[in-house]
Amino acid sequence: MKTWISLTALLIGFSILSCRPPEGCQVLPILGNRDIQGMDTLYPTIPDFTFMNQDSQWVDNETFAGKIYVVDFFFISCPTICPKVKKQMLRVYQAFAAEPRLVLLSHTIDVRHDTVPRLKAYAEGLGIATDRWHLVTGAEDDIYQIAGNYFSVAKKDPSVPGGFDHSGRLILIDEQRHVRSFCDGTDAESVDRFMKDIQCLLDEN
Amino acid sequence: MAACQQPYSQGKALYESACGSCHMTDGTGLAGLIPPLSGSDLIRTRPDLLPCIIQNGMEGKLLVNGQEYDQVMAPVTGINAVEMANILNYIQSEWGDPGLFYSPDRIQQILSTCGSGPVNLGNTGAE
Repeated sequence: MKTWISLTALLIGFSILSCRPPEGCQVLPILGNRDIQGMDTLYPTIPDFTFMNQDSQWVDNETFAGKIYVVDFFFISCPTICPKVKKQMLRVYQAFAAEPRLVLLSHTIDVRHDTVPRLKAYAEGLGIATDRWHLVTGAEDDIYQIAGNYFSVAKKDPSVPGGFDHSGRLILIDEQRHVRSFCDGTDAESVDRFMKDIQCLLDEN
Repeated sequence: MAACQQPYSQGKALYESACGSCHMTDGTGLAGLIPPLSGSDLIRTRPDLLPCIIQNGMEGKLLVNGQEYDQVMAPVTGINAVEMANILNYIQSEWGDPGLFYSPDRIQQILSTCGSGPVNLGNTGAE
C-alpha cells in the first residue's frame, strides 16, 4: 500500500515537473523588420529623441545609456486601459526596485492637459523616483511618431472614450536601442512573462 | 443564478466594464492616485454618497483609509438605476458591508438629491 502511494506521488510529481517550461533564458530576438544590405543586417533602432520629465529635466537617449528600459504610452484622464497598464508598470517598478540598470519611461499622449506639474503630481501619487521612472511630455508629433518605433499606436481619435487611441503595450528596449520584448500591459500574466524577459536581458549584459 | 458565492453576477460584469478599468477588477485601485473600493472605509460609512459619485463624478481632495487622493473621477454614463443598483450591491457584498442593499427605487431617490456637478468632499472621507 505504502509503495503504491509513494509511486503515485512520484508519478504525479513527475508529470507536474515535466509540464513546466524550461528554466533559464533564451536569447531574446531583436524585434522588427530587418534590412539586409550586402553583408550587413540592419535592425530597427529607436531614433534620437528629446522629451521633458516630471522634474522638468530633459530626457533623451543618453538618459538610458548603459541601461535597458521599459516604455509605455498613456494619459492622465484616460478612462479606459491606462490605470490597469500603470498598475502593471508599478509592478515592474517594484519588482526591479533594486536594479538600477532598468529604467521606466512613460509618454503622455495628451500633451495639452498633461503638463509637467500634472505629471509631477501623478508621479507623487504613484510614489516613484524620477531617476527610475520618467513620465515625459514633448512635442505631440514627436510622441506620436516615436510610438511607431516602439510598435505602439498613439493618436487623437474623438470617437474613442477620452479622445485618444492607443495600445496598452509595455515594450522592452536594450542598450543598443533595439526592441527585445513586449507584452499586453492590461494582462498580469502577460506581464509575468515580460518580467522574466527583463531579467534575462539584464543577465545577458 | 448559478453561483451562491456571488449573488450579483450581473453587477460583477457591469462593475468590470464600467468601473474595473480604474478601480481594478479586484477593487484595489491604483497607488495614491485611484482609491481602493476593497477595504475602503468610505463605501461602508457613506453608502448614500456612492450613487451621486457614479452619476456626477468626483473632484477635490478625498481621504480613504487615511490616505489622501486628488484625481478627478469622470461621471459614469450610460447606466440606469437598475444597473447601478446591481453594481453597488456587488461592490458592497464583495468589499464593503454585505448587509447594505440598494433597491433601484432607493437609487432613484438618492439620485434625485445629488444636484449637479461633481461630488467634492473637501478633504474629508469616511467620518
